[in-house]
Amino acid sequence: MELGPYLVLATLEGAVMASVLALTAVGLSLVFGVMRVVNIAHGEFFMLGAVLAWVITQMVGGPPAIGFAVALVAVPLMVGVIAVAADMTILKRVDYDPERTIVATIGLLYIIQQLTLMGYGPDAHPVEAPFNTRLALPWIEIKDGMPALYWPWGLSTTSYKLAVIGAGAAVLCGVWAMMARTRIGLVMRAVQADREMALAFGIPVERVYAMVFGIGAALAALAGVLIVPITQAHYLMGADPLLLAFTVVIIGGLGSLPGTVVAAILIGLSDGIISVFFSPTLAKILATLLVAMMLVFRPQGLFGTRAV
Amino acid sequence: MSVRARVIALHGGLLALLLAGHFVLPAYHHGNLARIMVLATYAMSYNIVFGYTGLLSLGHALFFAAGMYSMGLSVQHMGLTAGPALLIGVLVATAVAAGSGILALRTRGVAFMIVTLMFAQAGYLTVLYFGDWTRGDEGFVIARGARVLGGIDLSDESNRYLAALALFAAAMAACLALVRAPFGRTLVAIRENEARTRMLGYDTFRAKLVAVTISGSISGAAGAAYGLLFGYVGASFAGVEYSILPLLWVLLGGAGTVLGPFIGTLFMFYLIDLSSDITTAYMLIAGVTLVLLTLFAPQGIMGELRRRLWRWLP
Repeated sequence: MELGPYLVLATLEGAVMASVLALTAVGLSLVFGVMRVVNIAHGEFFMLGAVLAWVITQMVGGPPAIGFAVALVAVPLMVGVIAVAADMTILKRVDYDPERTIVATIGLLYIIQQLTLMGYGPDAHPVEAPFNTRLALPWIEIKDGMPALYWPWGLSTTSYKLAVIGAGAAVLCGVWAMMARTRIGLVMRAVQADREMALAFGIPVERVYAMVFGIGAALAALAGVLIVPITQAHYLMGADPLLLAFTVVIIGGLGSLPGTVVAAILIGLSDGIISVFFSPTLAKILATLLVAMMLVFRPQGLFGTRAV
Repeated sequence: MSVRARVIALHGGLLALLLAGHFVLPAYHHGNLARIMVLATYAMSYNIVFGYTGLLSLGHALFFAAGMYSMGLSVQHMGLTAGPALLIGVLVATAVAAGSGILALRTRGVAFMIVTLMFAQAGYLTVLYFGDWTRGDEGFVIARGARVLGGIDLSDESNRYLAALALFAAAMAACLALVRAPFGRTLVAIRENEARTRMLGYDTFRAKLVAVTISGSISGAAGAAYGLLFGYVGASFAGVEYSILPLLWVLLGGAGTVLGPFIGTLFMFYLIDLSSDITTAYMLIAGVTLVLLTLFAPQGIMGELRRRLWRWLP
């Protein structure tokens, strides 16, 4: 394949990745922004989303579309409820102290991961996509001085992947609308701006915290459900998204939603292209060090304005 | 008894007990305890940074693995004997700790945790990247012949126990001396209120850097010793789990106490050992313990003891 079509393909794969990454990272960023705590167990909510999607599609049976539709609605709700329960039983009781929360969520990470191992087993399972039409993409070449369309071999995507990109964009718009246009969003922003003042105005801050933690987890779970027909559900799949989501949130500026989305697109798209030139491990090493240096020398991120 | 005499009696008592254990313990627990003492040395080094200085690092596996790998690789590929290899392990770990400390200590709080986590992750990936030398996940075995230090064969079980005890005793003595010295007091002052300590004229950045570097070299010594004593070097020792475990051990035993890391390592080791008979998901125990500790006993075992009984505990 020539470079042009190859880049188109890499961009498409990158866009799928960016869409899923943006959902996960926005969840993490929301929790950090409003609650000022870092949730190390965030990747496990992503994993739970994928695993529960498999469980539900197995239970529902019938054509894959029905099971998947049920999973798409039910799984984020279930994971959200689990997260709210974790918030009320654990995080609330350590008073959202940043360091103790990190230790507690590390504990939560192992609890969720190992319970999944016990209940679901160590194997990876696939979930069938609700629709998966193969779409070949045309490319333009100059033939006898005239531009002509042709279909290069291997330049194709599936309708499901395009749907994931669309769904990611739609949900992100929804989150933005919720934060900017609704009363719930207003309350959340009030708590983020000044917790004490919000409390003084009678906002039930603890309930807002529980809700934010639930929504953050539900977004990660939704990303898990969307990705599972493309990858597979496995009990250790939470680690990579966690680190990537961290990367995105740091580069976007901790707690800044638009920054997070821009960074997710940047990283998702560049990931595909970088791994063409470097070995994936070396790319990961460089990316990790780059992000660490970013935190050291520019903690407010590329787009953020607030220091950590 | 004066505080000094009590401290010496308690810590010396533990070492004497461990020495007595060498003669009376059945083979299985004898082997376990050797391992626990090396891991407790690692936990003690973590405690200097976390318990006394109040810096929550999530990347100590970097130092442990730096010691282990530079020891192992210099034996494996440069044909060094155990002594110089051990020294190289400690030196490299010290250098890595100082280098990463200079960078990571520019941040504080949550950012510090994430930066240390990412440094350790980069270290882990580096081990995998140079798979031709390190053999990646699989790791490599250090031949019996190379595990001889000063004429003593460290692969022999009895020698191994005594060597682990010597390392543990040295680390404990160093730790005790450190925390009872004025410099140790400075570290505790930084933990309690860094701004005030700086106002009093202490160079807090330098003090923290020294703490991280000392901690790194003890971690490196523990890592190199682990490789030598048990003859195996693998990438799992560089992974996230080995950064979380010392945190868990120290929290369980009691952060900011000299004995805490040992008690925590001992408890956790046997808890996981017993539970691995029942389930393969033994890290579940670690997770539950972490959550319960943060909820109910943030002071840990020795911390509670100090609060209720022995107020003089260092």
